[in-house]
Amino acid sequence: MATDVTMPQLGESVTEGTITRWLKKPGDRVAKYEPLCEVATDKVNAEVPSTISGTLLEIVAEEGATVEVGQLICRIEEEGGAASPQPVDQGRESSPSASASAGQETPSMKRRYSPAVLRLAQEHGIDLERIEGTGKGGRITRKDVLQYIEGRKAASPASPRGDESPAAAEKKPAVPEIQLPAAGTSAKREGISVSLEEGDQEVPVSSVRRTIAQRMVTSKHEAPHAWTMVEADVTGLVQLRERLKNDFKEREGISLTYLPFFIKAVVDSLKEFPYLNSVWAGDRIILKKRINISIAVATDDALYVPVIHDADEKSIGGLAKAIHRLAEKTRSGKLTLEDMQGGTFTVNNTGSFGSILSQPIINYPQAAILSVESIVKRPVIKDSMIAIRDMVHLCLSLDHRILDGLMAGRFLQRVKERVEAYGPDTQI
Amino acid sequence: MPVITYIDAVTQALREEMRRDRRVFVLGEDVGVRGGVFRATNGLIDEFGEDRVLDTPLTESAIVGVSIGSAAYGMRPVAEIQFADFIMPAVNQIISEAARLRYRSNNDWHCPLVIRAPYGGGVHGALYHSQSVESIFMSVPGLKIVVPSTPYDVKGLLKSAIRDEDPVLFFEHKRCYRLIKGEVPEEDYTIPIGKAEVKREGTDVTVISYGLTLHFALKAAEQLEKEGISVHVLDLRTLRPLDKEAILEATAKTGKVLIVHEDNKTGGVGGEVSALITEEAFFELDAPVRRLCGPDVPAMPYSPPLEKEYMLSPEKVAAAIRELAEF
Repeated sequence: MATDVTMPQLGESVTEGTITRWLKKPGDRVAKYEPLCEVATDKVNAEVPSTISGTLLEIVAEEGATVEVGQLICRIEEEGGAASPQPVDQGRESSPSASASAGQETPSMKRRYSPAVLRLAQEHGIDLERIEGTGKGGRITRKDVLQYIEGRKAASPASPRGDESPAAAEKKPAVPEIQLPAAGTSAKREGISVSLEEGDQEVPVSSVRRTIAQRMVTSKHEAPHAWTMVEADVTGLVQLRERLKNDFKEREGISLTYLPFFIKAVVDSLKEFPYLNSVWAGDRIILKKRINISIAVATDDALYVPVIHDADEKSIGGLAKAIHRLAEKTRSGKLTLEDMQGGTFTVNNTGSFGSILSQPIINYPQAAILSVESIVKRPVIKDSMIAIRDMVHLCLSLDHRILDGLMAGRFLQRVKERVEAYGPDTQI
Repeated sequence: MPVITYIDAVTQALREEMRRDRRVFVLGEDVGVRGGVFRATNGLIDEFGEDRVLDTPLTESAIVGVSIGSAAYGMRPVAEIQFADFIMPAVNQIISEAARLRYRSNNDWHCPLVIRAPYGGGVHGALYHSQSVESIFMSVPGLKIVVPSTPYDVKGLLKSAIRDEDPVLFFEHKRCYRLIKGEVPEEDYTIPIGKAEVKREGTDVTVISYGLTLHFALKAAEQLEKEGISVHVLDLRTLRPLDKEAILEATAKTGKVLIVHEDNKTGGVGGEVSALITEEAFFELDAPVRRLCGPDVPAMPYSPPLEKEYMLSPEKVAAAIRELAEF
């Protein structure tokens, strides 16, 4: 008896996954919980374990296919049942390719794109996953794509984006509706009509980029952002790090950057101000117990925000190691879903690319985000004298539903104090 | 405008050209006194005399050979091969002599020759009166091959062929002779050789054809219109040279192409058209280019059910179009 295997819910807000690699092929034996395939969801790779023991009968969703949670991906013949592989269709003349191996009678034609379809999709920047195919076997035909293009043109908003209503809370009708992914629905396709001129290059939007875009819009849309900043004198910190960095490198094998010091200051301050480590839940504010710091790691093409869980339990050395480990994982594409989940506060090291002032966008659904800017030598007045000191700006964006200026300001003060307290003799 | 049969259009064109140009003359088996076994040259000998309407011996090689010689001297022969099946003895003259005369003489000589021949089956003609021979000449540089499907095209293209300075093979599907009727202007007009014509506009599937099967395609298109399938029909009219532009345009119209001809599939004109399409219109294609052709069996059986099996029909064409439309 064949059992259907569907795409599992791999994360709370995950609605779909792309099958990156099948680890089993039709005819293979599969043990219960053994991984069947690798799936990429949003930005993370996961494996789909088999729900039963048996023999893989047929692969329904092929490599590269994006499948919604709950959709069929393969069938397994349960152990104990007559496990005879399906006979190859007599009428099929073409030799079986690697993916459509024996055992498959009618492979879905949904992703069998013709040259015309691919060309049109590229010319008009269409994600073919979004189109229903009316051709044989669910094939997306040229007509389907042309109709989709017509439909898109008709739906594009005529009203100019702009400068009418001032209130941030006011929802403009031209703004495309974004629904929370957690609600199970994906964002409606934006009817944007942009003219293509000669020399323009069209870059298709990857799923990572799409997720980032979605999250950013949601954050700005949901949370009214307020922003404040302090500057801190970190001359002591600079001296401390100078003193420690070589030994640290030798002992631990990784570089000691400024970030762990800042994170430590933030974490200790969060303990004093639990509202900064909270989540807006509509009718209540949830103060999170664990302090999980999200850090922003940039790669060539995208921004990833992995999490240092229980950052308050780590020393500066421990934080440094955690940062290094996450950065390595990000760069090699090995971040797991767990690495990405559970963040309660974000620290963004914008100083690493020279910025001295930023207005970070809150990492939804957290309450605030702190950016640590570049440390710059500046002349300041200290003890009524002009001195050259290492100064750094600390910028805080906050969700004004949860936080007010007073509490946020106080939190920032405490972070500043802690950061200024580092000196050449501080023990870490 | 008078409505005449396909065969009458042939006669009309011949008559008008012979009146217009004294160098034009007709030769072939039974073309004179008998007026042609299909009556294609009916009445011509009475009007123009036996010096211009020659009853030749039963020798195709000579019919063509003599024509080549006379053409080299400035005459304009319109040779008839009684059945296209009989063209074989003349192939040497056509390919090795007529086709290359201009090239070989570096323009000193040329060969304004027209060879007319009825081709095709469905007339209980069996193996020696049913063949399609166009594919034999398809690869020969120096030749033009014209296969009109309607009376209007016949008259215009035959006139162009006669006025052409180089050899033209003019194939007429014998089944069209009396079956196909159409409006043909009485005045003089020509249709350029090398130009295809869209016989029906459509948006779902493109059918490219010529000769009798073109009419099957048109019939099938009518039927399929009721089923909601819009068929674009391109009549090649000239096989060599192919109207590349028209073919590619018709391909781009729908992305799905079905080539239909009665000639055997393997080595037939359909292969050349298909290669052209995939080579130059690859990114227009929404489906593989299909060919619906005669089976790879000698053309064609005498036994009526077998002949019927061999021959295409509007139903067979419609089924192929439907399949392509659903793809």
